[in-house]
Amino acid sequence: MVDFAVGTLSDLSRMALLAQSDGGSFWLPPPESVSSWAVDNVFYYILYLSYFFFALIFAVLVLFVVRYRRRPGVEAVKTATHSTLLEAVWSLIPLGLVIIMFYAGFVGYVELRSPPEQAYEILVTARKWSWQFTYPDGTMATDLHVPVGEPVRLVMSSEDVIHSLSIPAFRVKMDVVPGRYTRTWFQAKQPGKFDLYCTEYCGTGHSDMLASVVVHQREAFDAWLVEAGDILGNSATPVEAGEKLFRLHGCGSCHSTDGTPRIGPTLKGIFGETHRFSDGSSLAVDENYVRQSINEPGAKIREGYKNQMPTYKGRLSNDEITALIQYLKSLDGG
Amino acid sequence: MATTVDGKTADFPTDRGPLNYLNCDRGILSWAFTLDHKRIGLMYLISIMASLGLGGLFAMLIRVELAHSGQQIVDENTYNQLFTLHGAIMVFLFILPGIPAALGNFVLPIMLGAKDVAFPRLNLASYHLWVIGALFFLLALVTGGLDTGWTLYVPYAFQTDTRVLTAGVGAFILGFSSIFTGINFVATIHTLRPPGMTWFKMPLFLWALYATAIIQVLATPVLGITLLLLAAELVLGIGIFDPTKGGDPILFQHFFWFYSHPAVYIMILPAMGIMSEVIPTFSRKHIFGYRFIAYSSVAIALLGFLVWGHHMFVSSQSSLASTIFSLLTFSVSIPSAIKVFNWLATMYKGSIALDTPMLYALSFILLFGIGGLTGLFLATLSTDVQLHDTYFVVAHFHYTMVGGTLIAFMAGLHYWWPKITGRMYNEFWGRLCSIGVFAGFNLTFFPQFVMGSRGMPRRYHDFPEKFEIFHFLSSIGAFLMGLAMLGVLIYLLYSLFKGRRAPANPWGSATLEWQCSSPPPKENFAETPSVSDPYDYDHIKYDPEKNCYYRVN
Repeated sequence: MVDFAVGTLSDLSRMALLAQSDGGSFWLPPPESVSSWAVDNVFYYILYLSYFFFALIFAVLVLFVVRYRRRPGVEAVKTATHSTLLEAVWSLIPLGLVIIMFYAGFVGYVELRSPPEQAYEILVTARKWSWQFTYPDGTMATDLHVPVGEPVRLVMSSEDVIHSLSIPAFRVKMDVVPGRYTRTWFQAKQPGKFDLYCTEYCGTGHSDMLASVVVHQREAFDAWLVEAGDILGNSATPVEAGEKLFRLHGCGSCHSTDGTPRIGPTLKGIFGETHRFSDGSSLAVDENYVRQSINEPGAKIREGYKNQMPTYKGRLSNDEITALIQYLKSLDGG
Repeated sequence: MATTVDGKTADFPTDRGPLNYLNCDRGILSWAFTLDHKRIGLMYLISIMASLGLGGLFAMLIRVELAHSGQQIVDENTYNQLFTLHGAIMVFLFILPGIPAALGNFVLPIMLGAKDVAFPRLNLASYHLWVIGALFFLLALVTGGLDTGWTLYVPYAFQTDTRVLTAGVGAFILGFSSIFTGINFVATIHTLRPPGMTWFKMPLFLWALYATAIIQVLATPVLGITLLLLAAELVLGIGIFDPTKGGDPILFQHFFWFYSHPAVYIMILPAMGIMSEVIPTFSRKHIFGYRFIAYSSVAIALLGFLVWGHHMFVSSQSSLASTIFSLLTFSVSIPSAIKVFNWLATMYKGSIALDTPMLYALSFILLFGIGGLTGLFLATLSTDVQLHDTYFVVAHFHYTMVGGTLIAFMAGLHYWWPKITGRMYNEFWGRLCSIGVFAGFNLTFFPQFVMGSRGMPRRYHDFPEKFEIFHFLSSIGAFLMGLAMLGVLIYLLYSLFKGRRAPANPWGSATLEWQCSSPPPKENFAETPSVSDPYDYDHIKYDPEKNCYYRVN
């Protein structure tokens, strides 16, 4: 029992140390965007007020319990049962403090919701359960690469359910809603790599819907953009290009490559297999079948699965589909 | 029967009559179709505590899964069902009906010196509906579960394979159960107050139940309509909320929170009412600022209708709407702060006894204090952007709903246990477990504030390694709290068989329910008791021989 208590206490102190090991404070991650003040200043204002009022309540409570504990022969002393002045004071002082809180939060919110006009625009598509970032030149990526020191505006939409894009280090969070566009923005202070989460519950893969934000110097960003923009040209083999495309389009959210069934069937070692379909027919897997399944996912549904896949017709070129097929072939049983 | 009044001193009845509400009628039907508010209250109490046990079991499984990163005991889909069912069961089956329908049902008429509520049949119908609603929840649980989160957000709710419709029907029926209780309490408090008990001479628990009942009657129909629209969309495919059919998913969130935010006050107001009874009793001091507390209950009930949009600051709701909702939200914080200061002032120069109900009341002040203060971060526009849908929110609402409502329920349960069952529980184990609950609760939920403000999203089956330590501590705390709650169950059950017989007034309270025997006779009072100030302890004296309190005039 004592060991357990000591262990828990040392865990508590580890928590305090760990919380600060990334350069942030105990409460907040390090402020990595130029707008971080909009959250942090008012956060600390409320935090210190909360410390003060909690300490006050705790101290008064302990003082009263100790001082006025029930003792034989000592009766409670009759005191005033109300005091308009006292009650007005402890209503009006908090009222004044929360009005300041509201105003500071409002000013911060305006900052977080007002991107500068010349911001660099990146389109964000959220779907179960991956992110896709599309750049002005048509380049697409699964991680969010941005240049340092420039305002970046995200224009976001969802293909299925509501998601939410959260980058704690940048103090950014905005829901991504099907059927409408939402916007948010940030400007990174220094190069580095930061976490991006989905924060609106979206089903099975919600906690896997993660991405990185990679902040580059402008030259490195431009170089990345050129490389990422031409997947086929920058890959040594079609298999390598196919693997990049597989990740980029989020195929792995539903189709595993290690044999485990997910929302859709696994794609491991399918070449050479014969698949049975829900209409009772069957077919040996070949290139044309895979191609059809990408362009018209509803044409042949594997037995035991439902048609949940969106069509990729027009979103993948012939060369890209060929690369994907080569990649799938490489996933043989061995 | 038991309330003997002889001349000058109206002794508190320490001898029970041979018959009380528990043994006056026998047989299962005498319970299932009883019109006695005490029996209905007791059946509610057993039912909601069973729900608490089930919801608590799910909470434990969640904390086992989250003790370390990576998969521990369940896969993603099962985990999603666990947190959904934990939330739905705790909200709809435990917290919402917990204090009003169980403790309130038992205590309210006796506090008024009345024989029953105004509409006993409606009261029974309310309980029967609760049972039917709960059965629908169980049906959903065994036929495929539910994985939408208790909030049922669309369009996810349209795309899941789980039993949204069954659970929705259950919540719809439970809503009517809640409305019936509300109507009954409003009517009872208006019409059955005894001569001499004006509005401002009512015990504050009744003010709290009255304010709660107003919300139950006005807000719950909106939940019903929302669920009907959801069902219409699921069954008939009309496009109200589904964006692929031209609907608006954000509209659903507005409808949902238009009920569910006021519902938060259905959960917390009765808890505050219990505080206003327990703290004066165990301090032997008149409540401080009676009118401020009474008015603040009503103010919270009314202002609570105007703040639902603070759940939607990052939903794509307009920035102007968010700004107005933020401002209005702060207006609710003031009445809550007033109550905390008033309870503290009540203890000033009192004679404070640290019996189990009072230990829970002191826990409430501290935990609800943290819950309220952390609410300020979420009401503030810019900080909410950082904290929304993170563990900070999870910690905040557990500090108010568990640290507030559950702790107050525990205070009320221990306070009225002698009255309800006629038995005293073991005070040592009572105090020990209350301290265990307090310590375990803080260890569970305080680390969640820190990981939340550092970005840990809620409803995650797995998490990055940097959050490992917070989750691990949280899981240890949950087990400590679970163990303490188990201890409570054991000593309470034990007390039913071996506990000391309870006197009519074991704590020295001045409200009317302590003027009838423990447990009360079927009709509560042989004659209408005389009404005096519910917080005047001058006439309540202690009898050390019988270890109880009696009344002198």
